[in-house]
Amino acid sequence: MPYRHTIRGISYAFEDLRTLLAKASPPRSGDDLACISAASAAERVAAQMALADLPLAEFLSRAVIPYEEDEVTRLILDSHDCAAFAPLASFTVGEFRDWLLGEEASGDLLSGLAGAFTPEMVAAVSKLMRIQDLVLVARKVRVVTRFRTTVGLPGTLCSRLQPNHPTDDPTGIAASILDGLLLGAGDAVIGINPVSDNVATVTTLLRMVDRIRERYEIPTQSCVLAHITTQLTALERGAPVDLLFQSIGGTEKTNTSFGVNLALLDEAYEAGLDLRRGAICADGTVGQNVMYFETGQGSALSANAHHGVDQQTCEARAYAVARRYQPMLVNTVVGFIGPEYLYDGKQILRAGLEDHFCGKLLGLPMGCDVCYTTHAEANDDDLDTLMTLLGVAGVNYIMGVPGADDVMLNYQSTSFHDIAYLRSALGLRPAPEFEAWLERGVRRQLSMQGLLNA
Amino acid sequence: MSESVDRNRLRAYTNARVALRSAGMSLATSELLDMALCLAEARDAVHTQLSTVTLVPQLASSGLEVFSVRSAAGGRGEYLRRPDLGRRLSAESRAALEGACEPTQGQNRALSGAPRPGRLAVVVADGLSAVAVERHAVPVLDVLLPMLADWRVGPVVVAEQARVAIGDEIGEVLGAVATLLLIGERPGLSSPDSLGAYITWAPRVRRSDAERNCVSNVRPEGLGYDRAARKIAGYLNRAQRLQLTGVALKEESALLED
Repeated sequence: MPYRHTIRGISYAFEDLRTLLAKASPPRSGDDLACISAASAAERVAAQMALADLPLAEFLSRAVIPYEEDEVTRLILDSHDCAAFAPLASFTVGEFRDWLLGEEASGDLLSGLAGAFTPEMVAAVSKLMRIQDLVLVARKVRVVTRFRTTVGLPGTLCSRLQPNHPTDDPTGIAASILDGLLLGAGDAVIGINPVSDNVATVTTLLRMVDRIRERYEIPTQSCVLAHITTQLTALERGAPVDLLFQSIGGTEKTNTSFGVNLALLDEAYEAGLDLRRGAICADGTVGQNVMYFETGQGSALSANAHHGVDQQTCEARAYAVARRYQPMLVNTVVGFIGPEYLYDGKQILRAGLEDHFCGKLLGLPMGCDVCYTTHAEANDDDLDTLMTLLGVAGVNYIMGVPGADDVMLNYQSTSFHDIAYLRSALGLRPAPEFEAWLERGVRRQLSMQGLLNA
Repeated sequence: MSESVDRNRLRAYTNARVALRSAGMSLATSELLDMALCLAEARDAVHTQLSTVTLVPQLASSGLEVFSVRSAAGGRGEYLRRPDLGRRLSAESRAALEGACEPTQGQNRALSGAPRPGRLAVVVADGLSAVAVERHAVPVLDVLLPMLADWRVGPVVVAEQARVAIGDEIGEVLGAVATLLLIGERPGLSSPDSLGAYITWAPRVRRSDAERNCVSNVRPEGLGYDRAARKIAGYLNRAQRLQLTGVALKEESALLED
C-alpha cells in the first residue's frame, strides 16, 4: 500500500513503509549512497508529514524487513509487549512525538514502556524531531546498569578507558591505563581493542588488567574487544572475562557479516552470567549486566545487508538485539565509519543524538563513542559540540583515549581531558564506587612499575 | 607529587598521547596546537593528489612495465562519497588497460596447462593517503621483488582515486592469478603516511574483503619495509601453494606463526 501526502497540489507517493522512513530521514550521505533518500527537500518534508499521520500500530502490522527472512524482525515482533503498548495504540507518529515532549511522559513512565516501543517506532519519531527534542526526551530516561560500578545514575558521567596500542604491547597499554586512571577515567570499563584477534592476546591483556584492578582495588570492569568467539574460547580456558563484547547490527545479514547470530549471542550471555564476577555495588545489589555492544549507522549498508532500509532505522533495530541481553554498556561509534555514511560534523552530530535517543527509549544504557575520521568533514569543534549535547542529554558514558588520538584504530575520539571538561562544565560525577576510590587517594600509589608487576 | 613525575615518563612506553600537559583540566596551548598540526597534516594527506609524474618513473626504473589508470570517481569529493566508484576503473582506463595487455591475456590462456609461473599484478593506489604511497611504495617493492622468484611480476598499475577493490578489476583485465595492491591507508593523527598491502588470489570484480589478506601500518615508524616485505612475500607464497587468499589463508598463517 503506498503512503501519500499532497502539498499544494503536488502528490508525493511512497511505495512502502521502508521507503517512507528513508525519504523522511534527515539528510545523510549513507542513504544517498544507497539511493533511498528523498530526491528533494520538499519530498523529505512530504514524507515527514505522511509519517506524522501514520498510526504507530502500523509498525506492528508491517515489517520493514520480512518476518520470514530476518531473525531481528522476528525478535522485534515476537518480544513486543502488546499490553504495555495498549495505551499508545491510538497514537500517530506525530502524536507520539507531542506526547513524548509533554510532562505526562515522565522518565519512570517511559522506562516502563521500553518494551512497548519497537525500533521502527522510535526511529520514525526521531525523524520528526529536532536536536533539542532528541536531547529533551532522552534526558528523561535513565537506564542504570551494574557490574562492579554503577553506570547511568542521574548526575553521573562515566567513561570507557580505551588504552589501545598498535602492537597490543602490554607495557604500552599499561602506560595508557595509568594516564587514564590518573585523570579519573575508566569507571564504565577498561576496554581494549586488540590488533590480533586471538586467544593468547585476549588472555594476556585480560590477565594484566585484572591484576592491576585487584592490586589497586579499582572498582571497574575489563573487556578485550575481540570477536565474541575468541572471547568465549579465552573464557573457557580460564581467562578472567568480565564483560563480553560484540559489534552488532540491525539485520540478520549484517550480523552474519560480523560472524554472529542470536543463538551465538545467547550462548555468550549465558556463559557471561555463569561467571558471576560482578560485585556488590553502591546500592547493595550485585552487578549482573555482563554484555557490551557497539553499533553504528551504516554498518548494514556497508555489509550490503540493509534491505533498502535507511541506516538510522537499521541502527535502531540493532538496539533490539542489544536489549535482549540486558547489557552493561552499549555505544554507537558514531563517526567511525566514514564520510560515505555520515559526511560531516553536522551529520555526525545528529546521528549521535538520534542513536542515544533511540537507545534510551528502547531501554538501553547508551553511551557514545563521539568520534570522526580524518577523511570526514569534521574536526574537534564538532566533537566538542556532540559530547556537550550528549552530556546534557544524559549519556551514560563516553570514551577516554589518550589525547583523543587512537593510535591503533586511527581515528579521533574523546580524551581523558574531555571527560574532565564535561564533568566540570555540567556538574557531573563519576560512578559512585569509582568516585569513592578516587577519593581514597589510591591513585597516588599508581606507578608503571606497580602496574607491570601487579 | 609522585603522579606528575610518573606521568611525564609515560611517553617512553607508548606512542599514544599520554602525559599531555594541562591548563586547568583542559589541554595546554602547546598541546592543542600540536594536535591541530597533526590533524592538518592528516587532512592534507587525504586531499593531496598523487604525484604520478614522480612515481611512475621511479616504478619503471625497476624494469617493470607501468600503466596509469583512474577509477570511475571524478574527483576527491565524489571519491569520498561514492566508494563504489573508487572500486571500479573508469571506462577510459579499462579500455586502455585492455588494449595494452591483449598479448598478455593470450599468454595467460595458454598458461592453464603450462608450467610458467602465474602473473602477479601489482597495483599502487592512492587510497586515502597519496603521501603514504609516494613515501613507501617504491622502498617496499625494492625489498619485496627479489623475494618473489616464483612469480611473473608485473605490470605495475598506478591507480588514482582508487579503493582496495579496484585491484580485482585490474587483475581480472590483466589475467593475473593474484593481485598485490599497495594503498594509502586512512591517515590517523599520528600516522598520516601509513601504507596497506592487500593480496588477492584470482582477482575478479565483486570479490569480498574476506577473500583477501592485508598487511597494515607499513611505514618506518610502524611495520618497517623489511618486515612488511617478508610478511607480504609469505602471504603471496602461501597463496600460490594453496591457490587461495582470505580467511582460510589467515588461519593457516596463524598456525605457522604458532
